[in-house]
Amino acid sequence: MKKLTKLYTALIIVFMYMPIVTLILFSFNNGKTTVWKGFTLRWYTDLFRDSQIISSLWNTLLVAFLASIFATILGTMAAIGINNFKGKKKIFIQNASNIEILTPDIVTGVALMLMFTMLGTAFHFKMGFVTVLLSHITFCTPYVVLNVLPRIRHMDYSVYEAALDLGCNPWQAFRKVVIHELMPGMVSGFLMSFTFSMDDFVITYFTRGSAFQTLSIQIYSMTHQRISPKINALSALLFAAILILMLIVNIKDRKVEKQQAQRV
Amino acid sequence: MANNKNDVIISLRDIFVEFDGEVILNHINLDIKDKEFLTILGPSGCGKTTTLRIIGGFLEPEQGTVTFEGEKINGLPPYKRNVNTVFQKYSLFPHLNVFDNIAFGMKIKKLPKNEIKRRVKEMLAIVDLKGYEKRSVSKLSGGQQQRVAIARALVCDPKVLLLDEPLGALDLKLRKNMQWELKQIQQKTNTAFVYVTHDQEEALTMSDTVVVMNNGVIEQIGAPADVYNEPVNAFVADFIGEANILNGTMLDDCRVKILGEELECVDKGFGQNTPVDIVIRPEDIEVVKPEEAKLVGEVTEVVFKGVHYEMTVMCKGCEWIIHSTECSPVGSKIGMKIIPFNIQIMNKMFLAEKNTFYAEVISASEEENKITVKVEDSEFDIENYYFETGSTLEISLPPRALSIAGDGVGHIDDVYIESVIFKGEHNEIILESDEQKWLMQSDVDEQVATYVPLKFDFTQAEIKLKEGANET
Repeated sequence: MKKLTKLYTALIIVFMYMPIVTLILFSFNNGKTTVWKGFTLRWYTDLFRDSQIISSLWNTLLVAFLASIFATILGTMAAIGINNFKGKKKIFIQNASNIEILTPDIVTGVALMLMFTMLGTAFHFKMGFVTVLLSHITFCTPYVVLNVLPRIRHMDYSVYEAALDLGCNPWQAFRKVVIHELMPGMVSGFLMSFTFSMDDFVITYFTRGSAFQTLSIQIYSMTHQRISPKINALSALLFAAILILMLIVNIKDRKVEKQQAQRV
Repeated sequence: MANNKNDVIISLRDIFVEFDGEVILNHINLDIKDKEFLTILGPSGCGKTTTLRIIGGFLEPEQGTVTFEGEKINGLPPYKRNVNTVFQKYSLFPHLNVFDNIAFGMKIKKLPKNEIKRRVKEMLAIVDLKGYEKRSVSKLSGGQQQRVAIARALVCDPKVLLLDEPLGALDLKLRKNMQWELKQIQQKTNTAFVYVTHDQEEALTMSDTVVVMNNGVIEQIGAPADVYNEPVNAFVADFIGEANILNGTMLDDCRVKILGEELECVDKGFGQNTPVDIVIRPEDIEVVKPEEAKLVGEVTEVVFKGVHYEMTVMCKGCEWIIHSTECSPVGSKIGMKIIPFNIQIMNKMFLAEKNTFYAEVISASEEENKITVKVEDSEFDIENYYFETGSTLEISLPPRALSIAGDGVGHIDDVYIESVIFKGEHNEIILESDEQKWLMQSDVDEQVATYVPLKFDFTQAEIKLKEGANET
């Protein structure tokens, strides 16, 4: 029985990761087809010589970083606000924030595009870096709310009162005490935002205008032209980056859980 | 020093607080003097923590004034008040170590680094945690965390330190130690302590002044010995220490009738033939031969308590508790001698002997000889009476006719149990509904400060038309 469960688990993992393993494997293939012709790092070196790809990488990282920062600030503030509401209002606002997560990307993307086009004609601007950044902040913020809200709920309110009692005004109390209590949630929210922002194709596609490129867009447009194994290398790197981020999030969450268990 | 003790630092005047229509503090007055250890004592829900939060600035009273050294401080936020609080759950800052926790308040005030270091060190010595500066607060034991919390508050040099049941989470032995230590700390630092607890023993051992609260009002303020020896009413007597509380009648000055026997006492000014409550402490009863005392009883139970024997004695249907160093065996007849000074006479908490209230007839049937009346928004059927619909009745119910209902028929909901006092043969329970207080007698023990449904037995009722009701 135990062997069967193990086999079953193994099968699932193979099923889930087979495509990615294939991709990583062929990123080292010394040939342009899907026939194995020996090991090479050529595609990786090519990749880093391609100035277009490098600039896309920087764009992706910049958008992900800025969007995560803004989303973390906005989301934390929103979570505190939501927590201070009572009864029906609280449930309503919380759901309003969650719906954003459940909305299909394509809907969010099209909606944002429509809005930016409309505003663009009214105020004479074109879509590009700023609109992509704003869009990413929009879809990242709810994830921060989702991560911070439980921390606020479980926070000992008297810790805040203790800070006031010791001479802090409300802002100082927030900065010196409350923020430390919320930090694990904020960091999780930040990392999640970073991953989702890096990961995003659909929303970026609709809001990027004509000139602005991110990695996912780059890969997509490369498949249009001529299939180059550089795509494999790029995708493999992207996957690795997200994997590392996810690992960090998980390890950190585990640590926080342990700490909380100790405190209890 | 003696003069200083009389300086009032904080005074609360006519403080009134209400949450969701429920009165939490009902016009209380309280003075806190410099350097005194004042304990606010009462059952849970009596309003003691609310009082503390008002002093700390975490809660604004709806009415009344709070003054600090003569200046009104209503509306002043906590961080501008010269008082500090030790919270129930310590509420240390988990991201800071012991040193930084204690230094927190001084860093906010931007004191010079040297001074901060020196004062933290001094404070750690006072709370007996020398050398703990670098420890993480989450690694400390409950007692140590408690002492860090006290140090963190005291180092700010407050005029008054507020402590909200700070020992509640500790085990018994640690609690005893901390009680003693707290008193030491208070004397060393010369700070006024306002200490909230529901533990009467804690209150008696530590305080200079005890404030007994119940159901949003202050019942008594006094030195521990005074509150113990001369409680103002049966609630205080029952809440502080063990006591025999009995019904009696004050025949005249210094003459009281208990269980049919006339005894001499020292209290005056209660008038003639006035029903009163009487408290006699178990250690104040002297066991003598039956022929030497007016009150004679039979020992039904003896428990050895170390220092004394605790004996339960049945005397004229009433249960008495006696503490004595000499044991009288179960079944023996003993005389109970009480010197006049040890009989404490108190006014009754519920002045009437019966519950009298008005009710409106909302439907009536002459054939069935039955009416339905409305009392505080609840409907009750009364059989064997007929009055016209719309008339107002005056109903009088003896305490025995009240009961706490378990089922759903005809009762007043959410009646608050204000006090439960064992009167030797039954419990005397005072309840409070939206509009009035009720007196109930019961053989069952009920939990104080809970909400229960109240039911009436109208067969024991006296019912008549309210006088002058027809005119309106």
